[in-house]
Amino acid sequence: MQKKFASVAAAVAIVGALVASSVAPANAAVPGIKTGLKIAIMPKAVNIGYFTAWNKGAQTACKEIGAKCTYVGPTEATGPAQVQFINKIIQQKYDVLVISAADQNAIVPSLRKAKAAGITVVTSDADVAAASASARVVSVLPAASARIGTAEVDWIAEAVGKKGSIAVLSAAATAANQNAWIAAMGPYLTSKYPDMKWVGGTVDKSVFYGDDDATKSTAQFAAILSQYPDVAGIISPTTVGVLAAAIEKKAKNAKVKVTGLGLPSQMAPYIEDGTVEKVGLWNPIDLGYVAVYAAARAKSKSFTGKVGSSFKAGKKTYKVTAGGIAYLGDPFTFTKANIATFKKIY
Amino acid sequence: MKKFTFGWDHGVTIFLVLTVVLGGFISEYFATIDNLSFVIQDIAEIAIIALAMSYLIIAGEIDLSVASILSLSSATIGFLFRNGTSFEMAIVGGLIVGLLCGLLNGYLVTVIGLPSLAVTIGTLALFRGLCYALLGNEPVNELPENWIVLGYENIPGTFLPWSTIPLVILAAIAWIVLHYTRIGRWTFAIGINAEAAKFSGIPVARMKLGLFAMTGLMSGVAGVVYTLRFASASPDGAVGYELGVIAAVLFGGVSIAGGIGTLWGVLAAVFALGAIRSVLQLIDFSANALLIVSGALLLISVVVPRAIEIAQSRRKSTFVTNK
Repeated sequence: MQKKFASVAAAVAIVGALVASSVAPANAAVPGIKTGLKIAIMPKAVNIGYFTAWNKGAQTACKEIGAKCTYVGPTEATGPAQVQFINKIIQQKYDVLVISAADQNAIVPSLRKAKAAGITVVTSDADVAAASASARVVSVLPAASARIGTAEVDWIAEAVGKKGSIAVLSAAATAANQNAWIAAMGPYLTSKYPDMKWVGGTVDKSVFYGDDDATKSTAQFAAILSQYPDVAGIISPTTVGVLAAAIEKKAKNAKVKVTGLGLPSQMAPYIEDGTVEKVGLWNPIDLGYVAVYAAARAKSKSFTGKVGSSFKAGKKTYKVTAGGIAYLGDPFTFTKANIATFKKIY
Repeated sequence: MKKFTFGWDHGVTIFLVLTVVLGGFISEYFATIDNLSFVIQDIAEIAIIALAMSYLIIAGEIDLSVASILSLSSATIGFLFRNGTSFEMAIVGGLIVGLLCGLLNGYLVTVIGLPSLAVTIGTLALFRGLCYALLGNEPVNELPENWIVLGYENIPGTFLPWSTIPLVILAAIAWIVLHYTRIGRWTFAIGINAEAAKFSGIPVARMKLGLFAMTGLMSGVAGVVYTLRFASASPDGAVGYELGVIAAVLFGGVSIAGGIGTLWGVLAAVFALGAIRSVLQLIDFSANALLIVSGALLLISVVVPRAIEIAQSRRKSTFVTNK
């Protein structure tokens, strides 16, 4: 009798434990995410400042969700080098892999193996080829290309007081990224800021190409000023162009406002001395942070990764758009207030 | 009745066994069937090329361009497939290109009479450049699914990756030919003394040309395996693999001076190097430290056999082939 009672009690206790663990762990740090997940954070290559920042964001998320995260990856940024590390984390039975794809094709077979072994794969910063999107749950990328363009219009509008004519100092005429962003700028400026216009009438006629060459960009900056002396602001959607513009603006003491996509480490002196008020770029810290949340939620089955579904990371909610991609949203901006921190990071 | 001599290849085999046993103790993930499958997959290309490279080094020559040939073979497959050739024919094309690369190396060495070290440093760069010329900066992906599953799935019902099949067949042929046929004996004879071999009627130049051609063809086979394993052909594939191949051949007991070596030793060395890398990765050695270890192993594999050679030659002046 005593024995029977003991075994029943034991059975009840076991069932109770099972129910408790399957509903929600009592000590869950974040609702909807299992604690104690074993997560691998894999950059294209270790020893790169940009990825160190990316990992910093990932580790912050790991702390919040009570996961055990390891930063692991090759020393050279190639697909085959990454494959060895993917195989290793499969062997070590990780729960989750967050990876920046060094090669959009070569790592796909290994990612499929990881998936088959029950590992939840999320790409962040760099995705696999669109045709292989099924190899990962979701990809966390910086910003949709249209928004990269329109955000820059917002920055220049703020700088010029929503009034005046604007020119663009781009990279090469054939640069696909820049062309897509510039195409989005045109109608946005016309519709959102009625008191602003393009120096050449339309955006197409207002673009100057510096070919991502410092000397040429500087010459094109001067060409804009001599051709349109009343230009109020210049957008340069390339790190080379915006740096050249900042240097030249300072040298000539020009009044034109400058903004664009710039590396904080390069732009720091010109932001600190007020030559440029604001530039933007994606923030690798946020990329890593959001990707860990997406992956941990997918592993905990509180997020499917399907187009149209959404997940919460920290205070913000992110939606999965076409192609299984979640965008961070607006590019991250750098001003006097935060440049000191970010110039050390990338 | 042949006297058993304890050769370097026996040492390597024991080293391999020790690595596996110790690895099993150090990491719970190491001595598993799955991991063996990964290790085989990881070393397949290097092992296939090492088979041919053993012959070359035994014959007193070397080919540093093998990784570039591998990549050019892969690039050729990608280029042909992208331009509408069937994948089967593209593979044939890749193998032919491998063979042609080997013939070019062999021609420059045997007919023009240049040292193989210099020739193959040149073709290492040349063939790599051709990869970029063929593919530009655009890797070829979206290869036929029924082929690329061969790159990442195992033979049904086993833990062995598909690449085991060419590896086993080629290793068996290479072993028999090297140790039990006239071609094998000629290879050793050329390595010991090419002049003497020539005077005893061995077609030295034709043999060497053939060995270079075979090394090119094997690099081509490795290129096919590589293309399938990574489901893509890119111009920067397999950079640095020649070091892995040469390290394995030398660590396997083939003398860099030529004339000495066994295929068993080389195969054991390929597996040992693969196993060591796997153990180190599984115990979370940082990638930086891994570089130091693989560099050190490469050095050891050249220095130790040489030291033993010197010690042996001091003890006895007569030459011993270990077979």
